[in-house]
Amino acid sequence: MEPLAIDEAVARIAPGMMVALPPEYCGVAMAATRELLHQGTGGLHLLAVPQSGLQADMLIGAGRVATVEAAAITLGEQGPAPRFTAAVKSGTIRMVDATCPAIHAALQASEKGLPFLPLRGILGSDVLAHRGDWRVIDNPFGNDDPIVLLPAIRPDVALFHCEMADSNGNLWIGRRRELATMAHASSMTIATVETLYEGDLFADETLAAGVLPAAYVDAIVHVPRGAWPLAMPGHYERDSAAIAGYVAAAASAGGFAAWLAEHLARDEAA
Amino acid sequence: MSASAPFLIATLAHQLAGSRRVAVGALSPMPGSAAFLARAQGLGPRQITVLGSRSNNDFTEGGRELFDRAAQGRIDAFFLGGAQIDGGANINLVAVGDYAHPRARFPGSFGSSYLYFLIPRVILFREEHTPRTLVEKVDFISAPGTSPANVYRPGGPAALVTGRCVFAFDRAKGRFRLESVHPWSSIEEVRDETGFAFEVPAEVPTTPEPDAATLALIAGPVREQIAETYPAFAAAL
Repeated sequence: MEPLAIDEAVARIAPGMMVALPPEYCGVAMAATRELLHQGTGGLHLLAVPQSGLQADMLIGAGRVATVEAAAITLGEQGPAPRFTAAVKSGTIRMVDATCPAIHAALQASEKGLPFLPLRGILGSDVLAHRGDWRVIDNPFGNDDPIVLLPAIRPDVALFHCEMADSNGNLWIGRRRELATMAHASSMTIATVETLYEGDLFADETLAAGVLPAAYVDAIVHVPRGAWPLAMPGHYERDSAAIAGYVAAAASAGGFAAWLAEHLARDEAA
Repeated sequence: MSASAPFLIATLAHQLAGSRRVAVGALSPMPGSAAFLARAQGLGPRQITVLGSRSNNDFTEGGRELFDRAAQGRIDAFFLGGAQIDGGANINLVAVGDYAHPRARFPGSFGSSYLYFLIPRVILFREEHTPRTLVEKVDFISAPGTSPANVYRPGGPAALVTGRCVFAFDRAKGRFRLESVHPWSSIEEVRDETGFAFEVPAEVPTTPEPDAATLALIAGPVREQIAETYPAFAAAL
């Protein structure tokens, strides 16, 4: 599989699609997100697996998001996600609150081709009370044992940034197995990669265990520093100064708009 | 006077006595520090996993492994917080006011709706101890403090540590009991600043101050270990 240009790969994300996104410690495709903002793709349904931060906040701030399903949206040490918070308070996005293991399990249901999976906990919470799509049944193998059922989630696209791709289109994700779960469950996977690997990742048994096979991958883009300003473990740290600049600007809708215009213009120049 | 970070870290570490396998979730710099301190003090923790860390994280199955391990009974202790916590140990990590049009919105429930049921010893931590945070009834239940007898629930709340005191949670009675009061506070102040009713035993000790050796551990190895995941917190510690 030949690596694509970033605009070509990101153009496969159509308006209204459900896009699965990884957490900030796991390889977030930030360069691709800026391209997505350039292209103006709107009406997106973001599925955070199971939480998101800067990436979701930027897309929400730009008005490109209709629905967010997440266990949490946060900028971590940099505090609350400002545009997410404002959008929920003003009702401009539909917020579907979940809990981390429910998102993992619903994707695992899709991995297995199952219509649903049961999960412990959750009973008596308002998370459950607000989820018309979740059900409670009595465990058919037990005796008076209520348990929650979660319908499978099948995202249209999984979008993430990972370590490397080989010339056969295999990705190396190491122990970031949530990226594999996302890809297995999604109709399409678009990955940006930090480096290109000369040769076949399956030729080396020590690397093979960390491979996401090309069978699950639809588009690869080579983007060094593709997670910036978020961290890519082993390559670069989180750019706290850049994120602090975002937080300050995004405190207001106007500040966010100015920040976004400047940020995207800088990308174009580069 | 308010609580210093080292005092709270030491108080939280004390809550981990006897817990061998400790997991630390999102947005948890103080609990993470407490886990490292408790391990350094030999209080019990041997295996610590910190969400977002590379060096203190032995998960190879991705994000779901924490939850799967909890369900298998392989995690002994965990920390949760709350924008609001009520007298029944219900926690709210989502919103204040009406859910559809909240006055305040927080990141979300994370894994609380699940882990609160499954991890035997859940320690609640909220530094701000005011009627705003410790309320009679939470506006949104991210995870309930107790469940009906037929609900599968090997886990639940054990204690609540705040900037003024330590409460123990009695699961059978479904309410908190004042366990100790921090040196700068008092039973009266705790009563005034708590929005829910709780039990007060005849004798309420003062929460012990960390000794010099404990403070040295916090300033040394603990600070170093937490810096990987919470650099800003470590820099200010």
